[in-house]
Amino acid sequence: MGKVIKVGMADLNVCVSPDSITTLGLGSCVGIAVRDPVTKIGGLAHIMLPDSTTIRINSNIPKFADTGIEELIKQVVARGANRGRLVAKIAGGAQMFAFQSTNDMVRVGERNVAATKKKLAELKIPIIAQDTGKNYGRTVIFYPETGDFVIRAVGKPESVI
Amino acid sequence: MGEITLEKMSNEYFDVLKELGNIGAGNATTALAQMMQCKVDMSVPQVRLLEFKEMGEMMGGEETIMAGIYLAIEGDITGSIMFLLEKQAARHLVNKLMGMQIEGEEFSEMEFSALKEVGNIITGAYLNSLSSLTNLVIYPSVPDLTVDMAGAILSVPAIQFGELGDKMLLIQTQFFDDMVLDGYFILVPDLDSYGRILSALGIS
Repeated sequence: MGKVIKVGMADLNVCVSPDSITTLGLGSCVGIAVRDPVTKIGGLAHIMLPDSTTIRINSNIPKFADTGIEELIKQVVARGANRGRLVAKIAGGAQMFAFQSTNDMVRVGERNVAATKKKLAELKIPIIAQDTGKNYGRTVIFYPETGDFVIRAVGKPESVI
Repeated sequence: MGEITLEKMSNEYFDVLKELGNIGAGNATTALAQMMQCKVDMSVPQVRLLEFKEMGEMMGGEETIMAGIYLAIEGDITGSIMFLLEKQAARHLVNKLMGMQIEGEEFSEMEFSALKEVGNIITGAYLNSLSSLTNLVIYPSVPDLTVDMAGAILSVPAIQFGELGDKMLLIQTQFFDDMVLDGYFILVPDLDSYGRILSALGIS
């Protein structure tokens, strides 16, 4: 058994088999796991906001879907993953609370998922599995060895995508 | 104003927010005691400016199950407020309020709505004191409640703070009746509203 690397909120890291990588309690944020199935090198990003270009203070690269995904790819490739073989799995982007509001921040989960998909499409990295939306939090663990993306939620059975 | 970021906020601002937190939590405690019809004490609230990754750890880990009540505020200031309570504490309050002992993992619909009411009263008392101190009109929306992992619940205000910077402001209050109840307030005024709160208090 390898060690478990922990990724915090607005954070990312690279992970090589046999290690695994996790982020706890994803809410409206999105967790993006990428992997090269041949070298078994992967990584995980935990983004909070969809777009760095609309925010004035945007120096925190892993915080945003656009810059965070780019950085994640850069780091896994630097570790030895083949850029062309990368595939992605994504989870999170829940809407934790439902209430009437004029504020579109409430729908940020949805917007985070859309921005994540857009960025991955732009980088031509296929999304091979996803578990997004709904109204509950998720803990995810990614295993670069098998590509398994394990998802845990409160009061629900564990699932693997 | 307008150029406020939480990182740059001076000690004076911080003290004001702390005092607001203190008075707000005090009012919330009184409201709680009235509702429960028993004596409730509170500790001096702690105001902290935390990195996003520190928050979950502070509440006993990102996977700690908490009850979170969230509502939008509108009027002279806009933004949102959240009140968080650890699940066991939430259960304790609800049992006491409903006069029965229910065990088990899940909250029933009735407990859920009782808990929502607790949150409504606590956040209402908090906002009332903010409103009367600042003379600003504040309308709270209908609250929504969720019971989930701390990290997931906190992602909501964290994302809002995330638009302004890389830290968030948290007010931690401990309530005591026959057990210690850790409660957390998170007030997220929109950027313009920070200025409005501070200038309403005579600080510019």
